[in-house]
Amino acid sequence: MSGEVQASPPPSPVARTAVALRGITKRFPAVVANDGIDFEAAEGEVHALLGENGAGKTTLSNILTGLYRPDEGEIVLFGKRAEFHSPRDALDAGIAMVHQHFRLVSPFTVAENVVLGDHRDIGRTFVLRPRAIERRVAELSSRYGLSVHPRARIWQLSVGEQQRVEILKALYQDARILILDEPTAVLTPQEADSLFETIRAMAADGRTVIFISHKLHEVKAVADRVTVLRRGKSVATVPAAEATRRSLAALMVGREVELGRRQEHGREAGEPVLELEGLCAGGDRGTPALRDVSLTVRAGEIVAIAGVAGNGQRELAEAIAGMRPATSGVVRVEERRLRTGDPRYAIRAGIAYVPEDRLGTGVAPGLSVASNVVLKSYRKPPVSQGPLLRLGRIREIARRVMERYDVRASGPHVPAWQLSGGNVQKVVLAREFSGKPRVLVAASPTRGLDVAGIETVHEYLREAAASGVGVLLISEDLDEILALADRIAVMYEGEIVGERDAGTATVEELGLLMAGGAEEQA
Amino acid sequence: MRIERRLRQPWWLSVVVPIVSICVAILLGALVLLLTGHPPLHNYRRLFDAAFLAKGALSDTVISATPLAFTGLAAAVAFRMNLFNIGGEGQLYAGAITGATAGLLLAGAPSPIVIAGMIAAGAAGGAVLAAIPGIFRAFLSTNEIITSLMLNYVVALVLDYLIFDSHSYLRDTSGFEASVFPQGKTLPDEATWPSWTLHGLALPFGFLVAIGVAALVWALYSRTRFGFEVQVIGDSARAGRYAGMRTRRKILAVMCLSGAIAGLGGASQDGDFRHQLDPRGLTAANYGYAGIVVAALARYNPFAVVLIAFLLGGLQNAGYTLQGADFPAGLVGVMQGLILFCTLGGELFVRYRVRIERPARKPARPAVEAGA
Repeated sequence: MSGEVQASPPPSPVARTAVALRGITKRFPAVVANDGIDFEAAEGEVHALLGENGAGKTTLSNILTGLYRPDEGEIVLFGKRAEFHSPRDALDAGIAMVHQHFRLVSPFTVAENVVLGDHRDIGRTFVLRPRAIERRVAELSSRYGLSVHPRARIWQLSVGEQQRVEILKALYQDARILILDEPTAVLTPQEADSLFETIRAMAADGRTVIFISHKLHEVKAVADRVTVLRRGKSVATVPAAEATRRSLAALMVGREVELGRRQEHGREAGEPVLELEGLCAGGDRGTPALRDVSLTVRAGEIVAIAGVAGNGQRELAEAIAGMRPATSGVVRVEERRLRTGDPRYAIRAGIAYVPEDRLGTGVAPGLSVASNVVLKSYRKPPVSQGPLLRLGRIREIARRVMERYDVRASGPHVPAWQLSGGNVQKVVLAREFSGKPRVLVAASPTRGLDVAGIETVHEYLREAAASGVGVLLISEDLDEILALADRIAVMYEGEIVGERDAGTATVEELGLLMAGGAEEQA
Repeated sequence: MRIERRLRQPWWLSVVVPIVSICVAILLGALVLLLTGHPPLHNYRRLFDAAFLAKGALSDTVISATPLAFTGLAAAVAFRMNLFNIGGEGQLYAGAITGATAGLLLAGAPSPIVIAGMIAAGAAGGAVLAAIPGIFRAFLSTNEIITSLMLNYVVALVLDYLIFDSHSYLRDTSGFEASVFPQGKTLPDEATWPSWTLHGLALPFGFLVAIGVAALVWALYSRTRFGFEVQVIGDSARAGRYAGMRTRRKILAVMCLSGAIAGLGGASQDGDFRHQLDPRGLTAANYGYAGIVVAALARYNPFAVVLIAFLLGGLQNAGYTLQGADFPAGLVGVMQGLILFCTLGGELFVRYRVRIERPARKPARPAVEAGA
């Protein structure tokens, strides 16, 4: 826990309040997204906004950046009441947001992107003065440790560097209040560390940083104070130094949660249900993405694939699920050879698949929850009879599933895109489980979910294994893998570089394998 | 003023907005008339009379509406799956060619058999033609907008060739007149589609077929597995593939269905109205392109397609009837354009909500420079 007390000390009481939200309420049809939220952040403070998906963090930041107007309540900026009619008003008032999905023009340079959103004097002159802009960008990036070359083009940059450009954009516009929306979701641990340093440098400069997250250790590491949102209400604001991970988690979900403890289940693995032999497949760019992958998953067992993203895990899941043709090798389900490259055969063979891309692959976003629930079962009774659909039956099934899996939406007719990430994942899982699969391939099933959502997904995966399904879990989160898996295979550059028993594997050992250190180890 | 996406679309919007849009189009049209020195009320009255009220006007309107209903349904069927079949025009010609051929070949057989043969041949002709862009799209990912559009010109030339530039089976080569003014062979009496008269309103068989097709399309898309697959693939092709759907086959099937419906429109032209293969008449009418407008106005709803076809058919019919020096010749075209423009503009209000806010622009720019 020593790493968690490095946060800068809470601001002294003399620090001015930069932003205060009082009694903010925002209602949407069928949901109250924000319900009388109070929030306050001082100048020079890093204030974390912690909450599950659907707790109201995004709505609140949209209100703060002028995208939505609150139905009730007021925003006070530096002691003055403010009213935003558009995001531009908020920008003018010194509030900037760094979104999870970057808003950059990829053929443009860093400096051009930085000046793009700026509508003040420099940007307004008809002729751009690139030298001056580049100088200012370079100055800002050295001051805040945002190393990125002003003349580099966006498409040449890594995700972490692109995020730095977003932050530079905000700084260039003299933002006094920066909102970072789950900034570490796309970063490697090293990049995240350097981001935290930038955040502290900005706070030391008197800027206010509002850090939205649901990762407890990050909040502990970087924030001065934490405001916890739960179901649209602000439940507590606590100094980060005094909070523990457990207490924050409890505030967030409203009860004590099990955190990262592996649960021994004395079950015995059964017959092999999924066997891969020398599986090879190409990637999206035509280069080989899977090289000679061999693996066995037995009934009732959870096998995890660990690895840094982009080492062939997605391609592996897709090859098994039939979304990607294998160039050579064999996939066997319960001893029967599967024809690859056609999802229909995989479904028929009993392979359930939770894809990484939930919205767009896992569900058809424009269709109703009901349609998505029967996305794979529409061919057979009771959903259809001959060529005809039974609409009443579909609604009934959907209602039952929504109740059983606690899908929160105002009804089965709601289009899937209106659901929060966690609820979409519940719909996907519910559908996949209800197909009574033999094998379940889950690709990053908890990515972007909140603590309660993660817990639910974990519970379902364990349940599936307990009922005799062979589970192949693909995850980048070692804590998750250690909490769930019986066996762990590590992928590196399209190959399985090591397989360990979860009971004896150590994080260090796995980390070394993930980083391609298998050779040195041998 | 701000524009926000609606989280929920109240059902009444999809009724009220089109009606308001059409009213706005009429008002704008009146403005155009005023500016060009024509009394709007008088001309609108004449337009309305000629389209719906005058003796026999309604029957003529139905005649104009029938091909629009077919091509409108053809477009709507494909657009529902995000397949932009712009080839309704050519598919209608193809159906007219095969329909007329069937009518001539089956001469002498009992009328119901001849008519059934024409229907089958017309649908098949349109479907085969639509299959060409369908195959290219499904298996080679070619843009179907371009391929289906270009085929329209190909078929138009084939149509000309059959009647003007060759002594084909379909060309009338009997008398002197026919050699001077080339035209299609007149179809036998058995190939004339029946029509029924109700209180003075003549309903051609083709119009009833179009209503039947609309009902079938509605049932197919909302009540069957096929329709479910079309919905999923239209929304997200990847989700369709993930669910094990045969997306390529479905693309081909929907293109063929779309082409078949347009082809039926062609056969109906032969059997209901023209009684010969009539290249000049078909190519001048632009039924296929008007059908795209009909489908867009109807928001791809098959029943709405029939209704809109009827309204636009009335407009077209009035245009034909009122041709002359005392009627502003461009009015019908202007009205068609305005209706399309206003209705598509109205779409915005169905999907988005416009918020008008008080222009209290006092951006709170507090004194923050002190800290920097």
